[in-house]
Amino acid sequence: MTINTVEMRKEYFRDERDDSLNEVGQPTRRQDILGHVTGRSRFYDDHAFDGLLHMRCVRSPHHHARIRRIDTSRAEGMPGVRRVVLAADVPRNLNTLLSLINFGRDDEPLIAHAKTAYIGEPVAAIIAETEGQARDAVAAVRVDWEELPAVLDAEEALAPGAPVVNEAWPHNVFEYHDKYTHQKLRFGDVESIFRRNDLRVVEGRYQMSPIEQAPTETCGAIAAPETNDRYVCHTATQALFFSLGTTAKLLDLPSSRLHFIGGTVGGGFGGKVDSLHEPLAVLGAMLTGRPVKCMWDRAEEMQVGAPRGAERWYLKDAVAADGRILARQFRGYFDCGAYTRLSSYAVQKATAHLPGPYTIPNVHADTYCVFTNRTPATAMRGFGVTGVDFAIECHMDKVAEEVGMDPIELRILNAYRDGDMKAHRRLAKNCALIECCHVAAEKAGWPLAEPYRSMSSLRDGGGERAAIPQTATDEDGRVGSAPPKTPIRPTSPLPRPAAPMPSVRPAPPVAKPRPVLDPAQQDAYGQPIREAPKAPLPPSPRPEPVARPEPSLQAAKPAEPYKSAEPFSRGTKRPGSGRFGGLSGMRRR
Amino acid sequence: MSKTPLQFRLNGAEKAVFVEAGSNLLDVLRRGVGDMTPKYGCGQGACGTCTVLVEGRPRLACLTLAETVSGQHVETAASLSDGPDLDPLQDCFMEHFAAQCGYCTPGMLMAAKALLDRHPAPSREQVVEAISGNICRCTGYEPIITAILDAATRRGRRAG
Repeated sequence: MTINTVEMRKEYFRDERDDSLNEVGQPTRRQDILGHVTGRSRFYDDHAFDGLLHMRCVRSPHHHARIRRIDTSRAEGMPGVRRVVLAADVPRNLNTLLSLINFGRDDEPLIAHAKTAYIGEPVAAIIAETEGQARDAVAAVRVDWEELPAVLDAEEALAPGAPVVNEAWPHNVFEYHDKYTHQKLRFGDVESIFRRNDLRVVEGRYQMSPIEQAPTETCGAIAAPETNDRYVCHTATQALFFSLGTTAKLLDLPSSRLHFIGGTVGGGFGGKVDSLHEPLAVLGAMLTGRPVKCMWDRAEEMQVGAPRGAERWYLKDAVAADGRILARQFRGYFDCGAYTRLSSYAVQKATAHLPGPYTIPNVHADTYCVFTNRTPATAMRGFGVTGVDFAIECHMDKVAEEVGMDPIELRILNAYRDGDMKAHRRLAKNCALIECCHVAAEKAGWPLAEPYRSMSSLRDGGGERAAIPQTATDEDGRVGSAPPKTPIRPTSPLPRPAAPMPSVRPAPPVAKPRPVLDPAQQDAYGQPIREAPKAPLPPSPRPEPVARPEPSLQAAKPAEPYKSAEPFSRGTKRPGSGRFGGLSGMRRR
Repeated sequence: MSKTPLQFRLNGAEKAVFVEAGSNLLDVLRRGVGDMTPKYGCGQGACGTCTVLVEGRPRLACLTLAETVSGQHVETAASLSDGPDLDPLQDCFMEHFAAQCGYCTPGMLMAAKALLDRHPAPSREQVVEAISGNICRCTGYEPIITAILDAATRRGRRAG
């Protein structure tokens, strides 16, 4: 087994592992690769069924529109059409993906009935003998639309008077545990640091467009009646039991009547967790008694398939002359599109990731999960973290430029060391950013000066850097912006470089072109975006809690928790107690 | 819709099917004669995952009218191995980790086979050119290029 594209740098942290193991730490062969190279791996669409019917959806051409009337009479009489499926055919036509763990409100129909909130939202489905016949019949369905005002930008969606995207969320924002409009992170006191006059304040605004996962195999599923009163479903899903549970809920079936087969996925990258095809295909099989395939073509994959959500971040740092970042403030807007899907979780992940892999003694963040009339967002490789990492790392370059430091040395100086306290009140361990910077600089032929070259993740961490700073709380014990009752502890010293650090680095040699790093000036398409705010961050545009905040998490009740007889309702029973519940603005005790 | 008879050779075996006018070769291979190795990725000739050989030349099955292969020889990835004996291309794809999800692999292998059949000792540039119409979203192209170059060496050794 040879892998020539991966380089193992085993000289690092050598005493932390045993390199004599037979499998661990060694390249190995994929267990499924023989099937792949012989073409024998069976993807969902490689399962052949006699009498297979094809299902295709009638989709909204509008960002936001009310459905006045759907006329399917012509389509019903067309050649090969076996069934027209409408919202009324879906037994329980309202869902949210994370309801399987009692998180969030049901906010999305499988087939829309009253209105559509993004381009491509399905309003009907046609089941026909051939795909071509289904396409022809889809084109023959007439929908009487009443176009509604749409909002396509997360901050505009939070402005007063913005159109309501999703009636389950009347403020266009996901409300955590039905009372918190955003995820909050408070560590120390950034405001007192920003008030100091010996520090440089660096601000930036960063945004990332939605990104389509674009798997080579488009999303789809085939369902067929089995002889034992069950339905078999071959699916491309990345989340087999998630899809099974979602199908059971939407179709009001016990999950014991569903036989899901998957695991061979033609590329997913997060885009195959939304469980849209499986309930449609099983519903089709229930309504026709025949095998039904529901599959996106490439155009649907790109237009209807949920992307990585757009994000916009405002960052504000207070930086000492030697490059130490003493305070960092975030305000983030995650554009989750028209429905929640997994974005509420993405926002928690984003907030849990702040302030990036850097030891910053004062951190403040407010992150909003916002509804717009864009395609609903979903999972994609590190979603929630990658977008804000993009913002953080752009900002690090901007800070380096403003304080006249080498951008890699700035990162090394501020990087987590083992034993440092993170803003979430967990100790950093197994840190390796400094070593990654060393290798990256070496690969790029980018000279690093002492003392940065000899710094290590293993040294200079902990001690004062492991302390939890005084953080203001309100009378309910929640972190907030009330003035601190006791003085904020002085910012802990980062490892002092042995040599005095020049406040401005000499210009780099001409031979080594330095990348131009001013991402705040343009967006992803190279278009200039508006100037980064010079004034302090404007206040959050929404009133804070939707309802009066309750001091106890137990008091929070989801509006209508999904109760299922199936094992999927096992697990988290109480909001805030599960793996997604740790960061709801409550102070960790 | 009217159907017409179509005869062609698939991986050395004679096939006869009725096809609807306007059917594409991909549908006929997958649904008509049950060879599931070529895959649907885009249906518009953009991704290469349906690549098959027609008379030894790489063709995109999704854009090929089925009737046009009448009397011709069509080869798919199912032709590469002979029972348990794998083609050097298949061995090299396994050894160099040149597949992850495996969806693009049959098309990628056929594009590579077309190259090696015509140029037994290709340059790296020729390999890159040969697979430039085949999109891989997981693995990245480096392991695939390495695998094809290694397979060329092994095939040469086997022939020599």
